[in-house]
Amino acid sequence: MWGIVRQRAVDGGFSASSLRRTRSALVSARSYAAGSKEMTVRDALNSAIDEEMSADPKVFVMGEEVGQYQGAYKITKGLLEKYGPERVYDTPITEAGFTGIGVGAAYAGLKPVVEFMTFNFSMQAIDHIINSAAKSNYMSAGQINVPIVFRGPNGAAAGVGAQHSQCYAAWYASVPGLKVLAPYSAEDARGLLKAAIRDPDPVVFLENELLYGESFPISEEALDSSFCLPIGKAKIEREGKDVTIITFSKMVGFALKAAEKLAEEGISAEVINLRSIRPLDRATINASVRKTSRLVTVEEGFPQHGVCAEICASVVEESFSYLDAPVERIAGADVPMPYAANLERLALPQVEDIVRAAKRACFRSK
Amino acid sequence: MALSRLSLRSNRFLKPTPTLLRHVSTDTTPITIETAVPFESHLCDAPSRSVTTSSSEILTFFRDMARMRRMEIAADSLYKSKLIRGFCHLYDGQEALAVGMEAAITRKDAIITSYRDHCTFLGRGGELVDAFSELMGRKRGCSNGKGGSMHFYKKDACFYGGHGIVGAQIPLGCGLAFAQKYNKEEFVTFTLYGDGAANQGQLFEALNIAALWDLPAILVCENNHYGMGTATWRSAKSPAYFKRGDYVPGLKVDGMDALAVKQACKFAKEHALKNGPIILEMDTYRYHGHSMSDPGSTYRTRDEVSGVRQVRDPIERVRKLLLTHDIATEKELKDMEKEVRKEVDDAVAQAKESPVPEPSELFTNMYVKDCGVESFGADRKELKVTLP
Repeated sequence: MWGIVRQRAVDGGFSASSLRRTRSALVSARSYAAGSKEMTVRDALNSAIDEEMSADPKVFVMGEEVGQYQGAYKITKGLLEKYGPERVYDTPITEAGFTGIGVGAAYAGLKPVVEFMTFNFSMQAIDHIINSAAKSNYMSAGQINVPIVFRGPNGAAAGVGAQHSQCYAAWYASVPGLKVLAPYSAEDARGLLKAAIRDPDPVVFLENELLYGESFPISEEALDSSFCLPIGKAKIEREGKDVTIITFSKMVGFALKAAEKLAEEGISAEVINLRSIRPLDRATINASVRKTSRLVTVEEGFPQHGVCAEICASVVEESFSYLDAPVERIAGADVPMPYAANLERLALPQVEDIVRAAKRACFRSK
Repeated sequence: MALSRLSLRSNRFLKPTPTLLRHVSTDTTPITIETAVPFESHLCDAPSRSVTTSSSEILTFFRDMARMRRMEIAADSLYKSKLIRGFCHLYDGQEALAVGMEAAITRKDAIITSYRDHCTFLGRGGELVDAFSELMGRKRGCSNGKGGSMHFYKKDACFYGGHGIVGAQIPLGCGLAFAQKYNKEEFVTFTLYGDGAANQGQLFEALNIAALWDLPAILVCENNHYGMGTATWRSAKSPAYFKRGDYVPGLKVDGMDALAVKQACKFAKEHALKNGPIILEMDTYRYHGHSMSDPGSTYRTRDEVSGVRQVRDPIERVRKLLLTHDIATEKELKDMEKEVRKEVDDAVAQAKESPVPEPSELFTNMYVKDCGVESFGADRKELKVTLP
């Protein structure tokens, strides 16, 4: 940071304007040191794709409205202008077709970043994700690997109804051969997307529309173009000792709020951000539960056969004797997403649901 | 030299005595042969019916098709003796397509096909023993025994499989063409599919994008007239598959004539490099049923099958060509077939001896970058593995 200031002074000589520049650089440098930089998830994703496209000419972006429209949710903003139509492709509304084309391009060694406007539309292309991408390396005994990323918003937005609100984490994470990632913060978004694009295997990258506009503090390290997060490692967002709350994506924010509320009542909750649904970081999950003896799992998606079910099974299998209470699952309601605002609120986990479950696990009444 | 001016007939006296070691004629003097059936075209000018070939090439067709035919017949008996399990889709009858295509292209042009892939694999330079080993689930197999009949691949020859989901290979093939264009290569992709797959929506989705983006993709419909047990008249409102591309040009080809196939593929490659996608409809026929569990006689008569065999068999046509043009004698061809039969029998024997994959192979090739992931067997407390 001081290096940047010094460089500016050298470049500009000692003219008045350069001194002014140096002074303002010093001011911003000071505030840099004092507070932390913030970044929205949207900018984090955009910068990640930008940097990876810059670093590797084989990386290209494909999807509906990703180019001229600047991205339906503006995640790919500016990329067409910067890299041109040979790196950023607007597709017709034909998921099966363009996903298959993306997978075929990956067979030949290119590195596509395929955007689904939402993962609900990925169902039209799911055969290519599973049968053409996930299984190829195995079926070909290593001859055909598929370095592709399928990304886009997943789960509920606000008032978009039953066909536009499903969470696909459990479905994709059950498939061997895929990697499934779900960022929460801006740092997650940057580090995981860069890792996904560099990864030689097919990655399903589940974003969240409601998180795109949220700002998070971001470290100097995370802003570096070489920054990558490891795939398959969960993050302990908040340390605690009484109960473990495990979740991913938007629910991490809810879990952190729940932890604050629980702290007011003397319950110390450990919040784990999975980051990676497949591979699932069973080691971190179990280590935490062995420490706290109580588990609350949270997800937005449908409850039956969900991600929470897998976490609970893993804990019951591997850390049974450490549990002091039954495992708890907080998930979306077992219904298609309703439209009416009050019903939608009832269909999704809320902070109070997480708090209640944590208290149950601690054998505390309301 | 004077020799070049001699007719083929008098060349016979100058030919070396045939021995078992002579595999193919080395005579590459161009010969021109007319295809029996004219090409039908859609939105393009059909190529000439005069195909430039050579004695050497026609002999190669014969040998390669004979090898493919014998391989499929051997697979039939292996399946019946339960050494091959699951699905087994045989290609006998359609050999002309595989050899004709190879004659027109290079190993840098890509091919992708459906589950009826054994002969395509062979055409791309695959070894018989690798094919039989894969069919029998042995380690030596081209996919180490992990793929099976429907998942043969040979990436070093740009053969991308081997796909079990009907029609999926079409967008994948357009994706391969996309990569060729992206990398500014002067190569094309042939994506093969059947008359059954020709109705798949993803075909039209991929074709639309291929045409919009000028991808060097050649869609080859292997019209063997039956999608499993359903004849084309029962599945397609318009069975003129070469016209179904609408805005995309198409060519209908006698798919049982290796030379016609070669001509069409050569034409298509030139077209695709200049003008984007084109559809080739190959009129062909499969002698076996859809797969080994289909006798192939419930939806077509035995007379129909034997009729095609008598009149249109691709190997017999090439044999006739070789005899008529005095490129080889009947005995030489019979000897060649005997050699091929021995090749196949040896490969089967070798494959039978080769071991099954190690149990640890259950967990290999899951990912390229395994990152210390765990994987589990049926009893996760019994069999738990950290992927390397």
